[in-house]
Amino acid sequence: MSYEALRHFADSWGLLFLGMIFLTMIGWTFRPGSGRKHEEAAHMIFEEDHDDG
Amino acid sequence: MDTLLLKAGGWLAIVFFAFIAMVLAADAGFAVHMAIIALAAGITLWVTINKADYAAIGRGILKAPADPGIYDDDPIRWGVIATIFWGIAGFLVGLIIALQLAFPVLNLNFEYTTFGRLRPLHTSAVIFAFGGNALIATSYYVVQRTCRARLAFPGLARFVFWGYQLFIVLAATGYLMGVTQSKEYAEPEWYVDLWLTIVWLCYAAVFIGTIVRRSEPHIYVANWFYLSFILTIAMLHVVNGLSMPVSLLGSKSYAAFAGVQDALTQWWYGHNAVGFFLTAGFLAMMYYFVPKQAERPVYSYRLSIIHFWSLIFLYIWAGPHHLHYTALPDWAQTLGMVFSVVLWMPSWGGMINGLMTLNGAWDKIRTDPIIRMMVLALAFYGMSTFEGPMMSIKAVNSLSHYTDWTIGHVHSGALGWNGMITFACLYYLVPRLWGKERLYSLRMVNWHFWLATLGIVLYAASMWVAGIMQGLMWREYGDDGYLVYAFSEVVSAMLPMYLIRAAGGLLYLAGAIVLVYNVWMTIAGKQREEKPMTETPYDEAADKPIVGKPAIEPAE
Amino acid sequence: MSGFAKHHKKLERNVTLLGLAAFVTVAIGGIVEIAPLFWIDNTIEKVEGVRPYTPLELAGRNIYIREGCYSCHSQMVRPFRDEVERYGHYSLAAESMYDHPFQWGSKRTGPDLARVGGRYSDEWHVQHLIDPRSVVPESIMPPYAFLAEKDLKAGDMVKHLTAQRRVGVPYTDEAIAAANDDLMAQADPTASTTDLEKRYPKAQVRDFDGDPDRLTEMDALVAYLQMIGTLVDFEAGEAQEQPR
Repeated sequence: MSYEALRHFADSWGLLFLGMIFLTMIGWTFRPGSGRKHEEAAHMIFEEDHDDG
Repeated sequence: MDTLLLKAGGWLAIVFFAFIAMVLAADAGFAVHMAIIALAAGITLWVTINKADYAAIGRGILKAPADPGIYDDDPIRWGVIATIFWGIAGFLVGLIIALQLAFPVLNLNFEYTTFGRLRPLHTSAVIFAFGGNALIATSYYVVQRTCRARLAFPGLARFVFWGYQLFIVLAATGYLMGVTQSKEYAEPEWYVDLWLTIVWLCYAAVFIGTIVRRSEPHIYVANWFYLSFILTIAMLHVVNGLSMPVSLLGSKSYAAFAGVQDALTQWWYGHNAVGFFLTAGFLAMMYYFVPKQAERPVYSYRLSIIHFWSLIFLYIWAGPHHLHYTALPDWAQTLGMVFSVVLWMPSWGGMINGLMTLNGAWDKIRTDPIIRMMVLALAFYGMSTFEGPMMSIKAVNSLSHYTDWTIGHVHSGALGWNGMITFACLYYLVPRLWGKERLYSLRMVNWHFWLATLGIVLYAASMWVAGIMQGLMWREYGDDGYLVYAFSEVVSAMLPMYLIRAAGGLLYLAGAIVLVYNVWMTIAGKQREEKPMTETPYDEAADKPIVGKPAIEPAE
Repeated sequence: MSGFAKHHKKLERNVTLLGLAAFVTVAIGGIVEIAPLFWIDNTIEKVEGVRPYTPLELAGRNIYIREGCYSCHSQMVRPFRDEVERYGHYSLAAESMYDHPFQWGSKRTGPDLARVGGRYSDEWHVQHLIDPRSVVPESIMPPYAFLAEKDLKAGDMVKHLTAQRRVGVPYTDEAIAAANDDLMAQADPTASTTDLEKRYPKAQVRDFDGDPDRLTEMDALVAYLQMIGTLVDFEAGEAQEQPR
């Protein structure tokens, strides 16, 4: 495979593909209704009914 | 009984084969290593067949609580001690080699103490022995607390600890004897690499097994970072370590790849040893211990998710920036540069997330020296993740590469970020793991903080000046059109900088020795009588309602 | 909740999926950057003269690696005016195509060595390695006097060359069979070296450490240093480099 062919792919479909993944990831994280779940997750380290021997 | 017999037989077989390999060894280094392995297997054999309760004896030596506890904390306590021990060893060797560069007579004209052999000893001791033990110990601690489950496979967890120490001993003794693959931060030879692979897979099994057994539905973000660190290091280590041994009974091997391919594989490994060992793993520590010490949840959990995915995706591309303007093809250099610059963003996302966790509790920086250490660690993380992308820009790199600027950059990250966050975690862990009410002395933590901070400032500033000076002197042309400086003149110009650097290292080591004393006394159950870090101001006279006074004071 | 969000929840709660997704994410960069280096043709230029190391050079190179010389010396001249004037022609990828592992280095506490071959005399190298400050007063290099004291115990060079061939270095059967003899012959001015020089063009044959009675580690290391960067003849017309 030549450098030109790879470069062409990287400039077009490769870039588009990675860009889409990036955007979906952001959308995914900020999807509506996830706020409360994230809040819970952030607080879970403090709900220690039994810590430290 | 049968399993005991099988286990004992297995260890005996290892003793036997290691002994045979020692006798037949092709070189002295391999023979010494086989002797060490035979000895280690022999000790394990003794522990296996002896009826004594070694767990209890170990707890006695470490003055650990006799009660096994709800969580499996024994290997964590060992890990805390090992972290401190290797830390002191690594800092000390670092100071010695810094002084060797200022005073070459300190090479002692002795083959085992030359800079070339001690330098990998220093880098591996601080990264893999100090940092690695800190990562294994804290990951065992965090994964149990956040999953609310005991460690899966307790026997394997102990094997990981001791197997990792054996790896460190083999690597370190190997460097002194000149047993090295010459790949920076991946110097151990093929058989030590194989051993580390086994230990590492067991580590992955313990960590993932504990997550599988969790009684908490969500997997906390710190565990994501630990998980990606464990998996990625396995991948990097295996691919970069591929090599062909000259003999199965000798230490020497030849790398699987050559020249340009080997160079990029090495720096793909090398940069991601930074990215995943020293960054992702330590960010995992940050995401658990900073919120715990600050007693507030992480600033933005959403940001931590985005931070995680973008950081691990981008980091892996950054390796080629170690090979700017070399014989590596330009397209790879450019990719490496672009991704390195973009990497600045997730890095700062992580720093902001850590720092802003203190939002609304900034006064703790004044009152709590542990929090102060964490904040400094994050500040240095932010500084070196800005400096890194800047240095990966080709124009900057043409000046900075091959100079001491790189050394300064690495140390502002290692001493500032990895060191300080590790110290803070140790101070958090010791009282909790040993069931003490508090540390022996908070004021000593404060002393440690300032000694270390001053040390880092001296280190980073002197290397920054040294590096830029080198880069400029190497390329300086006179009016006559000739190069102005001979290489040797640039070397002698470095002496003051090397002295300041060594002074910085000495201060950093001094701070770590204060830590040793503080931890030692805490474990011994002592508490220092001292003034608290802050007095809550209380003025009894002012603490009453204002009555019988004019509402407005007359102007004076 | 959309289907996508359900996936997300699964990912956050399933350690196998999380691990798999993380692994794929970190694998991409390495695959895209490293794999093409093996099959894009113009990664390594075609140049005349690059050959595998002679057994003595290889033994010397192994000492160079053992002593960690790469910690302070690079072997990679960058294409800048000052570097080319200071060290010599900039390095080509082809020049390290048989280097398992590469020795490009990352730090210049001492000068670059990519073109050190032939620049100084053997005597200079021996004196410099024994006591660096006796020839370069400003030097901070460790002394390596012990190299001159130690007999070269390279081990069985047949095995070394075999291992090299397994990772792709084109040693012939004949070269492998003669490896141990070639090792001795290259440092022995009295030996017949016609075959050696045919197998390894431009091989330098002489006693390197000033002590013809012994074959020491110093012989091997100096033999290696004296050949670094000498294989490609940049003076003789076209080196057939490709534009970079």
